[in-house]
Amino acid sequence: MADGKPTTFTLSCPVPRVADDRIVLAHGGGGRLTHQLIEKIFLSAFSNAALDQRHDGAVLPLDGLTTGSRLAFTTDSFVVSPLIFPGGNIGDLAVNGTVNDLAMCGARPLYLSAGFILEEGLEMETLRTVVKSMQEAAARAGVQLVTGDTKVVDKGKGDGIFINTSGIGVVEYRTRLTNGFERVRLQPRHQEPTTTGALAPEGGPTIGPTAVQPGDAVIISGDLGRHGIAILSVREGLAFESPILSDTASVWPAVEALLSAGIEIHCLRDLTRGGLATTLNEIAGDRNVCIKLEESLIPVDETVQSACEILGLDPLYVANEGRFAAFVPEAQAAAALDVLKKVPVSQGSVRVGKVEETPGRTVVLQSRIGGNRVVDMLSGEQLPRIC
Amino acid sequence: MKFLSEYRDQKAAEQLAQAIRKRVTRPWTIMEICGGQTHTIVKSGLEDLLPREITLVHGPGCPVCVTPIELIDKAVAIAARPEVIFCSFGDMLRVPGSSKSLFDVKAEGADVRIVYSPLDALKLAKTNPGRQVVFFAVGFETTAPANAMAAWQADHDHVENFSLLISHVLVPPAMEALLSSENCVVQGFLAAGHVCTVMGYEEYVPIAARYNVPIVVTGFEPMDLLEGILMTVTQLEEGRHEVENQYSRAVRREGNRPAQERIAEVFEIIPRQWRGLGEIPASGFQLRGRFKKHDANLRFPSSGEPARESPECIAGLILQGIKKPHDCPAFAVKCTPENPLGAPMVSSEGACAAYYHYGRRQTHDVHIELPSPASR
Repeated sequence: MADGKPTTFTLSCPVPRVADDRIVLAHGGGGRLTHQLIEKIFLSAFSNAALDQRHDGAVLPLDGLTTGSRLAFTTDSFVVSPLIFPGGNIGDLAVNGTVNDLAMCGARPLYLSAGFILEEGLEMETLRTVVKSMQEAAARAGVQLVTGDTKVVDKGKGDGIFINTSGIGVVEYRTRLTNGFERVRLQPRHQEPTTTGALAPEGGPTIGPTAVQPGDAVIISGDLGRHGIAILSVREGLAFESPILSDTASVWPAVEALLSAGIEIHCLRDLTRGGLATTLNEIAGDRNVCIKLEESLIPVDETVQSACEILGLDPLYVANEGRFAAFVPEAQAAAALDVLKKVPVSQGSVRVGKVEETPGRTVVLQSRIGGNRVVDMLSGEQLPRIC
Repeated sequence: MKFLSEYRDQKAAEQLAQAIRKRVTRPWTIMEICGGQTHTIVKSGLEDLLPREITLVHGPGCPVCVTPIELIDKAVAIAARPEVIFCSFGDMLRVPGSSKSLFDVKAEGADVRIVYSPLDALKLAKTNPGRQVVFFAVGFETTAPANAMAAWQADHDHVENFSLLISHVLVPPAMEALLSSENCVVQGFLAAGHVCTVMGYEEYVPIAARYNVPIVVTGFEPMDLLEGILMTVTQLEEGRHEVENQYSRAVRREGNRPAQERIAEVFEIIPRQWRGLGEIPASGFQLRGRFKKHDANLRFPSSGEPARESPECIAGLILQGIKKPHDCPAFAVKCTPENPLGAPMVSSEGACAAYYHYGRRQTHDVHIELPSPASR
């Protein structure tokens, strides 16, 4: 003041500047940033009547659910690395994975929940990409994401994004009409009612491993190993002449087509972790049956096969995210194949084997050269060999 | 797939099998040296196609199986050090040491990583200058050039924080050790194709002559093995004992000269311990001269843990072809891939693991429909 000039004083409050290009701990703190994250990223992507309530849980309409229809409920967690891989990312994986688990119960997928565990420092752009994929996958599968949760963990305590999704679907009750079969089905408000045709005989057994029996044909819905190899190719920095894309997809359209065509489905199983070999071993073990496969019938893309040869892996054990095995009575195998081949997600369907009585609890493969071997359950991880 | 499907063709396989059946007049015991060959034989059910006169015994060519337990213990001790990033090929991780495997220390917090090439480990050393990166250099002549190259490159680029824990072994001395044993049952060998890709096959000529055994350099596809067996049987029936090359699409008589030169520059030949077989003179490699500074065995003090082998494991007899996995009372009972007593139950190239995965049930719940290699 000695120089007589007036003092200028600008108010400069030390408000912490928050970058909005990365996830910070405060995004999980429950305050303004959490709110913004939910509004800007999640609600804007998944908006629907239940979610827009912003309530602690979703209250869901079950219009049309009749006596005898049953709910299917499943959950799955996704921890894939890298988050974004050729053919997809953790987002569509998280939607399709749970949708497919429901489809394997013969259930029409309806609603999903999504729990996100985000790691501090995650790029917001990555999260946006993942959420966009979830939105698109949900739309394709005809499901709504109706409730969710977000937590943020310290840097180093997560792997970018972990997602848990749970799903509800409905196994529709089938009634016999004079002019054939018709399903009484749940019509959730967000789905347009469609006419569906005939189904398995009334009161038929639940679709599941317990219904598998000697005489069943084993059909797989396409070639094997794409997802696992797509992931590995990124992890190991392998480049192929034509890139291998993950097969992540909803397989419900294929299952719906089988149901609508009245195929008597005994069991459906998706061929995720552990691949075809593990899935079939579980069923052979549970049912005390023998599953016989023919190696020459099992489709594996040439690039996938090459990658497996290089990496010392067996495609029978490599994970898929858009493939399933169907067990149907031998007499219906041809019809089931006809139906499956007309649906894009299962157009590569083939019959690869059959179920026999003995030797129980065994999966046997006839090799290309005509020898037989047991296909065992994997012990631990598939490990690359030395030479 | 080119260079693959034509070697897995059922018609061609049947033709070769027929030729073998025609040739055979009496029992013969043939050893395939390499674990990769064992793997193919069991995985493709190849023995179903062979006449009963032919017995295949599985050789010591599984690098995982013959790495001595002391070295596994050492690897585990080094990996447990906080400053170390321990890199290994995948199938070494499950091999049991005296008390722990590399997987066990990994679960306890050790930084153990699976790599596909020693040069990937070298890259890790360059990007982590504050850490000690150790590569578990295991294998036969096949992996020696890449390991030699990693040591050479580390020396060239002055990557001081990179070292190799070496357990390199050589095929010809092991064959001689087997042949000079009085228990030897082997009458002919399928030599390991990829070892010969590197080393050629001249060094087998004196062995074939000295011990009167046919040696056929053989590849790894079902067709290769059937053809290799046919060539061996033909020699045996005709009373010949020569070195022949079935795997001519990959192996030349002189081998890969530049690779051999690199190996000779980096490694020197020493006696080596083989798990299950004991010490074999002049049967392994260690780093020589200026490359010794990259020897993890010298860089890290001894673990001190006295090595303890499971007394029930008969790996030595299996690796010599004297016993088959199902002759072991512990097989598939106390010893499983989840809880292995010995190394052959671990690697997919190990005879015990191959039998366990592909043939076990056929042995135990004997049934006629599926004649198995194990039940013969």
